[in-house]
This record gives sequence, C-alpha cells and structure tokens, in this order.
Amino acid sequence: MESSKDDPIPLVYIGVLMLDSRFIDKHVRVIFPLPAVLFVSSLMIFPVLYTLSISFTNWNLTSGLPGRFVGIKTYLAILQEPRFWAALWRTLYFTVLAVFIETILGMIWALILNKEFKGKGITKLFLLMPMVSTPVAIGISWTLFYEPTIGLANWALKLVGLPSLKWIADPNLVIPSIILVDVWQWTPMMALIILAGLAGLSIEPVESARVDGAGPFQIFRHITLPMVAPVILTAVVLRSIDALKTYDIIYAMTNGGPGFASETLNIYAYNLSFSYFRLGNAAVVLFFLFTMVMILSYIVARMRTALEN
Amino acid sequence: MKKILPKIGFLLLVLMVVVPVLFPLLWIFTSSLKTQIDITATPPRWVFIPTFKNYQNVFQNQNFIKFFINSTVVGVSSVVFSLILGLPAAYSIARYKQEKLGLMILIARLMPGIALLLPWYLIFSRLALIDTYTALILSHMLIGLPIVVWIMTSFFASVPLEIEESARVDGATIQRTFVQIVLPLAGPGVVTSTTLAFLFSWNNFMFSQVLSMEKTKTLPLAIYNFVSYADVDWGAVMAATVAIIAPAIALTMAFQKYVVRGLTMGAVKG
Repeated sequence: MESSKDDPIPLVYIGVLMLDSRFIDKHVRVIFPLPAVLFVSSLMIFPVLYTLSISFTNWNLTSGLPGRFVGIKTYLAILQEPRFWAALWRTLYFTVLAVFIETILGMIWALILNKEFKGKGITKLFLLMPMVSTPVAIGISWTLFYEPTIGLANWALKLVGLPSLKWIADPNLVIPSIILVDVWQWTPMMALIILAGLAGLSIEPVESARVDGAGPFQIFRHITLPMVAPVILTAVVLRSIDALKTYDIIYAMTNGGPGFASETLNIYAYNLSFSYFRLGNAAVVLFFLFTMVMILSYIVARMRTALEN
Repeated sequence: MKKILPKIGFLLLVLMVVVPVLFPLLWIFTSSLKTQIDITATPPRWVFIPTFKNYQNVFQNQNFIKFFINSTVVGVSSVVFSLILGLPAAYSIARYKQEKLGLMILIARLMPGIALLLPWYLIFSRLALIDTYTALILSHMLIGLPIVVWIMTSFFASVPLEIEESARVDGATIQRTFVQIVLPLAGPGVVTSTTLAFLFSWNNFMFSQVLSMEKTKTLPLAIYNFVSYADVDWGAVMAATVAIIAPAIALTMAFQKYVVRGLTMGAVKG
C-alpha cells in the first residue's frame, strides 16, 4: 500500500514508534497500568463516591426537585425501616444456607469424582453447564418447574404420595426454593474447585496413613480435609460474595415476592433506585451492601496473601 | 463378579452427580420441543411428537435477532477493550509486585453490580449515553477487565524472567519484549480470560436491564418477549432459553480445559 503525503500517519508506524520508545521503556510501571487505573477510577471509584454523596441527601427523582443535604438522616431512617432489616436477614439467610449446602454437596461430589475413570472429561463438562447458563433464563424456566398445577415439582411430590406445595408462591418456601436453583447452578463450581485442590495434593501422607492402618473416614478427617481446607475456605468466601450479590434468578423467579418474602438487599436496592426513584434511600442501602462486600473482600485479600506465603 | 460390583457402585455414584446436574437442562430442552398443550399436560408427557414451532416463533421475533446481535457486539467489544487495558496492567502488577493495584482490581471483581448501576444510570443519562453501545460496553468492561487482570497476573508471574532478560540484553525495550516474547507465551491465559470474560458478559442481565432501552437490549432480556402479565408462552420461553444458553455451552465445550482452570483459579493457586 502506498500512502500519499496527505494521509494521516498510519497506525502501524505509531505502533512501531511506541514499541521502541525509550520513554515508555523507562516509565513502563506507570504507563502499563495507567489506562486500566483510569478506567476503574472513572467507572468504579468515582461512581461509588457519587453514591456516597447521594446517601447524605433526600434526593427523590419523582419529586422533580434536586436532592437536599440532610446529613445522616437518611441512614437513621433506613436503620429504622423494618423492610431493610428483613431484607438484610433474608440476604444472610439465603447466602449462608446456599453456600453451606453447596460446600457440603460439592465436597461429596469432589470425593466421588476424585479418581481416574473413563468419562471423567465429559463429567466435568456436564458440571460446567449449569454455571455457564444464563441465570435469568434459567430462573424463568425454573418457575415452570415450580408451577403449582403443571409443574414437575408437585408432580414428583404426588408420585411419592406427598401433598403438593406452592413453592415460590409460598412466603415460607420461596427462599429455599430459590436456594435450590442456586445450589443447582453453583454446587458444580464448588465440586470442581475442591477437585482441583484434591488433585494438587501429594499422596504420600495418605499412603503412609493407610499403611498405619487408618480407615478411609479417618484418612479423610485427619489428612485430606486439613490439606484442602485452605482451598475450600477461599472458595467459600468467594462464593459467599457472589451469593450475597444474587439478583438475576430472584428477579426472574419472584422479583422479591410474594409480598416482600424474597426481597433481598439487592432487590430492595434495585426497587428503591429504579421503581420508587428514592435515590437517597437507595444510596444508603447500597452503602451497607458495599460495606458488607468490602469486609468479605478484605478477608479474601488476606487469605490470598496468607496462602501465597 | 467381585470386580464388577464395585464398578457398578461407582457408576451409580457418578450418576448421582450427573443426573441432577443434567436433568433440568434436558427438561428445558425437551419442553422447548413441545406444544403448549403438551407442556401444560398433567401428568407430564414424557413421550410426545416434537415440534420446532417454538423455535420458529423465537427466531421470527425481530427483536430476538436484534438482541442476539447486540449481545455479540457488546460481548466481543468489551472483551477486546478489557484485553487492551488489562494485559499491560496485569503484566506490570506481576513484574513490579504492584499489590495495591491488584487489590483495586480485585475489588472491582467483587463489587456488587447494583452498587454501580444507580450512579452509572445517573451519569450516563446526563451524558445522553443511555441505550447506546458505549454505555453497555463500558459497563461490561467492568466485568471483563477484572477477569483479565485476575487471571493474567498469575500467568505473567509464572513466565520465567530469564527469557525476558535475554531479549533485554539484545537491546529490546520492555514493551517490545512484552508484545513479542511474553504475550505469545501467555497464550493459554489469554484464551482462559477471553472465554470467561465473554461468558460473563453474555450472561449479564442487570446492566442492560437499566442501561438499554429499545435499541441496544441484549439477549438475556429477550426472554421477556414471551412473558406477559396475562400468560407465559412456555414453549417459546424454553426455546429462547435454549437459544441463549446454547452459544455459552458451545463455547464452554470448545475451551473446556481453560474454563475449568479459570473458574477454579480464584481458590486454587496456579
């Protein structure tokens, strides 16, 4: 390709110039991360600070008025709001129960799959499928499963002679019903993580314990479990953060209903923001959610450094 | 006989894992091939005449194709830009032990999307960027970039320094060494992070729910084409679900090893 003098400098030349630039070479530790830092600052740090500033106002989009500074008044109002506390406890209930079941079941699955067998590859592929499936689509599909009259869930109960349930339409059952979907999607990840942890273990301690006459349960309890514990612990914290953030499947299945029976902090914050447009209140709830995630993130960061040493 | 029994027992155990995992997906798939009458029949019909009517409905819906294109554009662009920003950043974090930067990116990985969505909505509205690819790509980059940096930092850290040093002796700049020597060695990491970043963008619902209107809605929103207050076209919902998750599963099959490695990396070092 021939370029006339009027053409702008082709990008290729700029690229070559940059590749050999001594200036970039000298300041690489600033220049390389700079674009990413600027991006994260403008799309994460600035928005978080903006939210923080909104949380000190009584901004309500439906009033059409600009927000007025009210100090910590909105915080006090939210702390006295029963709906907030209910959402907070519900979020913790959901997270703790879901992650607990996923960890136990994931460990059992990992122990089953922890040996070489024909079809191990395809089994792992099957395990990946739920977690790469679009959560909102999965959520809607599961509502048919839970449908009281035509759903498979009640048909299965009837088959074994049990009375039918209302599942996600029952305020007491709705959270466990959603947890079941979360368990279906994410137990495989727990299993794969623990499986990877088990694969990395040396077999010598297990062998010598076996020679000493230890049974399989003793070996698991005193040797295998302590060795994979760090892996499991990190996985539990990471999964807890993601479970805390669960939004898609809850929105798709109930949108917080019936009533407020499945309204978690995420759904509550979403509704305050985009259904009621009470931005001040929403910002306060987001601040609490953000703080919870930060505390857990701190734990993850500490654990990563501890594991690296 | 003594050898066969444990084998059968083990097979049963594996089935106890595989069947609950696969059953819901198979059931969604078979339902997508049923007529509304077959779907609503009680007891459920296990034998039925398959129909492709639901898929016809889904793909004849103009929005569905449009949403499909939107998802692809947003997914591919956000991943490409995440790589452009994330690869040099990850290299720098790994080589110069910039742990504070690493922590900042980790926070981005753990941040609840909803905490960003409210300020984004206000900022993007003011900039008249609601319902544009720009807003969606920027928001999805906050999914992709942390994945790229998170995965690539440990990949770059595992590239032996000696390889780079010999190139440096020949007078090459750091950036030239990075592009010509380190990047090609980190190929598997790039495949891992690209695949995961694309999958998470593809499956994201919350961001486009708020940041897009008619023009730029992505595929996870398309499912609501077939849900109305009055009733749900279950066959079409199931067919749309299959159409949305099929590309994600195909991608996972193609890059299975990389996806497993990427997803388990957070907890297992290496």
